[in-house]
Amino acid sequence: MLPMNHVIALSAILFTIGVLGVATRRNLIVILMSIELMLNAVNLAFVGFNRIWSQVDGAAAIDGQIFVLMVIAVAASEVAVGLGILLAMFRNRDSVNVEEVNLLKW
Amino acid sequence: MTTETILFYIFGGLAVVSALGMVLNTRNTVASALSLVVTMVSLGAIYLLLEAYLVAAFQIMVYGGAIVVLFLFVVMLLNLSTDEFPPGRQRLIKSAFVIAGVAILVQILIALGRDPLLAAQPGAVPEGYGGYRQVGISLYTDYVLLVEMASLLLLAAIVGALILAKRKID
Repeated sequence: MLPMNHVIALSAILFTIGVLGVATRRNLIVILMSIELMLNAVNLAFVGFNRIWSQVDGAAAIDGQIFVLMVIAVAASEVAVGLGILLAMFRNRDSVNVEEVNLLKW
Repeated sequence: MTTETILFYIFGGLAVVSALGMVLNTRNTVASALSLVVTMVSLGAIYLLLEAYLVAAFQIMVYGGAIVVLFLFVVMLLNLSTDEFPPGRQRLIKSAFVIAGVAILVQILIALGRDPLLAAQPGAVPEGYGGYRQVGISLYTDYVLLVEMASLLLLAAIVGALILAKRKID
């Protein structure tokens, strides 16, 4: 049996790495990958907590895993749209550096 | 220490190291994407250890397969083998982000160590936990609205990606 607090700790560590990737990197592709990493960390927390509360009145409870499947669907559509935005940006600016795209910046 | 626990530490360490490699690697975007594959597959193995078999299969198929291939495709399409940008401004803001993020992480870890609920060992899983039968029944009875919403979301994503990737909207 796995140590559950270590599973949730791994989820927190991966999420922090993802946040730091979004905050410090300037390559839009790596930023999108870091967002994927954060979604994965949350998925791991969902599966871990579902493993802790794995049954209700003797029947299997898998609501956390249903949420993980939903998050995977959201992540797939997010990547499709994000990479579309990236292609449009590369076509206009000839770069994927997010600091060059500052039209909406205060 | 059981075999499961040892495997968990191996795959967890692999996931953390490859995630760090993805974020810290500023020289090669393709290598970043390949590090992401290693993270995804390690997480899939951890899902197997947590007895979520269907989710593990989807993790490896959708994340390790489709999404990372999409990333690699775009990286190679744009020919971004290197991404050495000139050094940016805002050094101070970025280091503040790093310090704040690590501080929050340490707080979470301390709180996790004190939580008695997580320290307790979960019991054995009930029959059919994490299998395709249980997940399928749950998806098409209790969560059927969620499935419909996911289908609409994917349709919107397809249309949005097509419009964004088109050269000219006519």
